Amino acid sequence: MDHDFTELKLDRVTRRFAGAGGHAFAALNELTLTIQRGEFIALLGPSGCGKSTALNCIAGLMQLSGGSIWLDETRIDTLPPEKRGFGMVFQNYALFPHMTVAKNIGFGLKMRGLPDAEVSPRVAHALKLVQLTGQEHKLPGQLSGGQQQRVAIARAIVIEPPLVLMDEPLSNLDAKLRIETRAEIRRIHKELGRSTIYVTHDQDEALSLADRIVVMKDGVVQQIAAPHDVYAQPANLHVARFMGYRNVVELAVESEAGDRVTLTGPDLRLTGVRKQPLAGGRAVVAMRPEELALGASADGANTISGTVDNVEYCGRDSLVDVVTASGTLLHVRATGTPRTGDMVQVHVPIERTLVYPHE
Amino acid sequence: MSNATTAVTTPHATFDRALLLVVPAAAFMLLLFVYPFLYGLALSFNPKEGGALWNYVHFWETDNLLPTIWTTLRLALPATLINVGLALPIAFKMRVKSPYQRWATTILVIPITLGTVLIAEGMLTYFGPKGWLAQFLQFFHLYNGSIRLTHNYWGVLISLVISGFPFAFLLILSYITGIDPVLARAASTLGANPRAQFRTIYLPLLAPGLAMCFCLAFVQAFSVFPSAVLLGSPAGPTRVISIAAYEAAFEQYDYSLASAIAMIMGFVQLIIVAAVLGLRNVMYRGPVTGGKG
Repeated sequence: MDHDFTELKLDRVTRRFAGAGGHAFAALNELTLTIQRGEFIALLGPSGCGKSTALNCIAGLMQLSGGSIWLDETRIDTLPPEKRGFGMVFQNYALFPHMTVAKNIGFGLKMRGLPDAEVSPRVAHALKLVQLTGQEHKLPGQLSGGQQQRVAIARAIVIEPPLVLMDEPLSNLDAKLRIETRAEIRRIHKELGRSTIYVTHDQDEALSLADRIVVMKDGVVQQIAAPHDVYAQPANLHVARFMGYRNVVELAVESEAGDRVTLTGPDLRLTGVRKQPLAGGRAVVAMRPEELALGASADGANTISGTVDNVEYCGRDSLVDVVTASGTLLHVRATGTPRTGDMVQVHVPIERTLVYPHE
Repeated sequence: MSNATTAVTTPHATFDRALLLVVPAAAFMLLLFVYPFLYGLALSFNPKEGGALWNYVHFWETDNLLPTIWTTLRLALPATLINVGLALPIAFKMRVKSPYQRWATTILVIPITLGTVLIAEGMLTYFGPKGWLAQFLQFFHLYNGSIRLTHNYWGVLISLVISGFPFAFLLILSYITGIDPVLARAASTLGANPRAQFRTIYLPLLAPGLAMCFCLAFVQAFSVFPSAVLLGSPAGPTRVISIAAYEAAFEQYDYSLASAIAMIMGFVQLIIVAAVLGLRNVMYRGPVTGGKG
């Protein structure tokens, strides 16, 4: 397969399964996405959102029910996986248990009919890339989880594929190793200069690794944007919730001016930025606990009064639950240490109060 | 520290009473396997006439005894190879869950519920000179010569395949479905076509299981008796070793010689099984999944 590609195009890629009662449901619905060479794309969403289905469709491990996949001018969705030549890293590593580390890594090269003289230096180079030199004669069962993961990565990249597909590759590692390997994956991606599609349910992983994030829900793309945009400007309430906007409050719309919306509730009045067209008299505001602060704002706008209900000490700061008189619960990340039962005020900047149509 | 104190005060505390659970099984083995075996072994060295080894010398020197080993091997080895060789590709096809998988498996396994005698009965009618098969072939003029598939070597071989195949199939199927299918998928993303996936992933991981299956199928085929009598020609080409033992015991009433023949039969089986399992030891025998699950 030719490696000098410029883009991979997914055109309305759809995969349906037979659901209960014979009804087909779309695990993946019309995913359209163009990936440039060198890009790192994260498919992000909760389990069952279709992200792994998308990856398997691209790899060729699953047939499409509709749409097409193009590598430049070549249509590839009709090819079997062995003809596509994409490297894939599986969630449970899928190392061949009966082969040594070196044989595992060299497998793809052997399958391409390369002579031993060419295979061994490339395997050695891949081992160096994942920092496993000296382990080549061990069996996968003799390695730790982190080492196995790195063998899986080396095996996928040694064939120098145009595209590396990773299916939650870090989910079986402990927290410390996960962060280390994350940096490793980013470094290897840069070094290879090819494209990576990375499936995860962990927003931190997606934010730290990806050039662009594809947020999915129920097989449908919710937002495709750079990490900063997904984080700060979620396209809809689902993305907002998934990106950590834990304070979601339904209120009545009082007035709209441009994209500024003022909403009122029994004991709070908030002005925020409209992210989607509103319909009807009600809407929801979404706010991140980190962007709420204790105390009143300078001009008194967007200030809410309440009682401290619970304080969770987190080291650098505390997670404070504040309840208003009418019972609205707000989560606030605060550096101070208020005590349970204290009367407090909380404020939030207008541009960090996002307004969405209510569900 | 506390361990040392306990050890001093109660020196017999190391006996694990859970080990007593082994007693029934051990007693069963002793009474129904070890004792009869040792009894037979001792009996084989107490011939009706001559010294302790007379039976064995007799077996070696008699024209209609020693060749029974080859006769039996000539049946058992091909039957085993056919069964394992046939079961492997079929089980491989059946590894993927599909709507018809259950039906196919059921049909393939049905012969297991039939005894050898029932199979022999059916085969005599079906494969006999006036059986359905011969009638069918002759009616459509596909083959007009005489068809002899009963009362000879082929009858016994076919019956061994019919009765032995389901065992081999079920055993191999369980080994194959134990292999994580994600390994083959990983191989495919690395450029392995289905053939290469079978050769590089499935076959090496299955090899120890195939060896085990071969041993079990072989032992079963080597002790062939009913079909050799009913479907073969027990006086000639299918005079297998178990027939020789039977004749010694129940026609000549020489239990000692019969025991000796049974011992030789066991010894031959042991050699083949040991050879195959020895081969198995040099193969990979680890977990068949691709990492921590």
